[in-house]
Amino acid sequence: MQLIREQFPILHQDINGHPLIYLDSAATSQKPRSVIDAVKRYYEWDNANVHRGVHTLGSRATDAYEGAREKVAKFIHAASTQEIIFTRGTTASLNLVASSYARAVCGEGDEIVITPMEHHANLIPWQQVVKATGATLKYIPMQPDGTITIEDVEKTITNRTKIVSVTHVSNVLGTINPIKEITAIAHRHGAVMVVDGAQSAPHMKVDVQDLDCDFYAFSGHKMCAPTGIGVLYGKKALLESMEPIEFGGEMIDHVDLTDATWKELPWKFEGGTPIIAGAVGLGAAIDFLTEIGLDVIEEHEHKLSAYAYDRLLTLDDITIYGPVQNRSGLVTFNLGDVHPHDVATVLDTKGVAVRAGHHCCQPLMRWLNVSSTARASFYLYNTEEDVDRLVDALKQTGEFFGHAIG
Amino acid sequence: MQLDDLYRRVIMDHYKNPRNQGTLDEEAVTVNLNNPTCGDRIQLQMQLEDGIVKQAKFSGEGCSISLSSASMMTEAVKGKSYDEALALADKFSEFIKGEDVEFEELEDIEALSGVSKFPARIKCATLAWNALRKGIEHDNNNNNK
Repeated sequence: MQLIREQFPILHQDINGHPLIYLDSAATSQKPRSVIDAVKRYYEWDNANVHRGVHTLGSRATDAYEGAREKVAKFIHAASTQEIIFTRGTTASLNLVASSYARAVCGEGDEIVITPMEHHANLIPWQQVVKATGATLKYIPMQPDGTITIEDVEKTITNRTKIVSVTHVSNVLGTINPIKEITAIAHRHGAVMVVDGAQSAPHMKVDVQDLDCDFYAFSGHKMCAPTGIGVLYGKKALLESMEPIEFGGEMIDHVDLTDATWKELPWKFEGGTPIIAGAVGLGAAIDFLTEIGLDVIEEHEHKLSAYAYDRLLTLDDITIYGPVQNRSGLVTFNLGDVHPHDVATVLDTKGVAVRAGHHCCQPLMRWLNVSSTARASFYLYNTEEDVDRLVDALKQTGEFFGHAIG
Repeated sequence: MQLDDLYRRVIMDHYKNPRNQGTLDEEAVTVNLNNPTCGDRIQLQMQLEDGIVKQAKFSGEGCSISLSSASMMTEAVKGKSYDEALALADKFSEFIKGEDVEFEELEDIEALSGVSKFPARIKCATLAWNALRKGIEHDNNNNNK
């Protein structure tokens, strides 16, 4: 693990007089040297616009951009690069499905099915579709431990369901949802399955053909790539049936004074100069992660998460949210009456970076009956010592506030 | 950076024993504000009469900084004219950005000076003061109609 840590330059600094312990990778991951270098090299040697330059740099940039698409297709085992749309991130990917596909197929009486654990990015786009089309938004209920059961999925999805959209891994609870099973149920009812993969693609092997989902959305920045680049995977037949939502350069085939036709997939959804350097960085991140092995990363985080869960439970007054077993690499908690903001500030003075707030999940916070929580999230560069530092800092937080308040 | 710089005893006292926590009757001007990045929320109720803040009470959820700041703010503005209260809010904005300012109205407020060194927490401290501004502006607008 030390070898992996060494490849992340940002981790080797002191924060407030303590070595940085970065436990906020579910918000955004840090970047390895190889990704930073790939983006730098692209700008220093290859930078040009894509798909139009006759000159050498133009074809180098195009090769780099399209080469990244091939890496993404392989990374999630898509059948073709035509099924890989580059976007700004998971939010943009989900909005593309909502604005193009959902608005075209949903009408009065139709249903869109989601869960109460969705990130705002997999909730608000559907709320907007429902408002515009007269469809209804339905929720698969959650068990007290923040999981969903197949029985409830069966009960919620009906023949009026047009779209089922579920997060693969909850960014708050750490719940890993049974996507393959939910997809099978959705398909039986003629609905399409959308997966928010923001918290799964970085951390586990994802095979979109095995899951059989129709759309899968994820972000580069949570998986060692730069911000501003993301992916929408969609099955070819569905993407072909959809209209673009952004119009302009890059995405057109033939243009005359009154009308235009679109390029073939995937470019019809990529209007304007794309995020070329971001895609190059994403390609480098995929190389980095696959060289280590997604199974190795998953195993490492699984162990770390279990270790953190057990260590945190030794603290007085701790509440940990989400399932006990089969959880992803994060732990969301509250420490007695101490507000998560205060927890995060105290931890920051000890060099420990955690997230505090509602994690873009306000309905889920209400379900948990809290206004906010603190969250420590792990990635391949975190260690058991990081967890120990977190636990020590939390102990001191409890003592400080117990003393200051009591 | 020391924790005690941020969490002074006075702050902890206002957090533990908030002044003016509660609600006023329905004739009071009510302002609900939240901090969308963290989920904190405050309800500020004020009895505003003849351009004077006669009474102010707050309720809500928040961290030690936002709740202690609300407690201090309600203490400081009670009995002040609108202009005085708004001037105090302006002064607080300068202060929380790190300006050297004295609060002869309520010295307790000066305990929040450490917040300026924690940029992520400035919004916590200003929430109640923003509610104050909104309430007075609302009343001014109504009176001008």
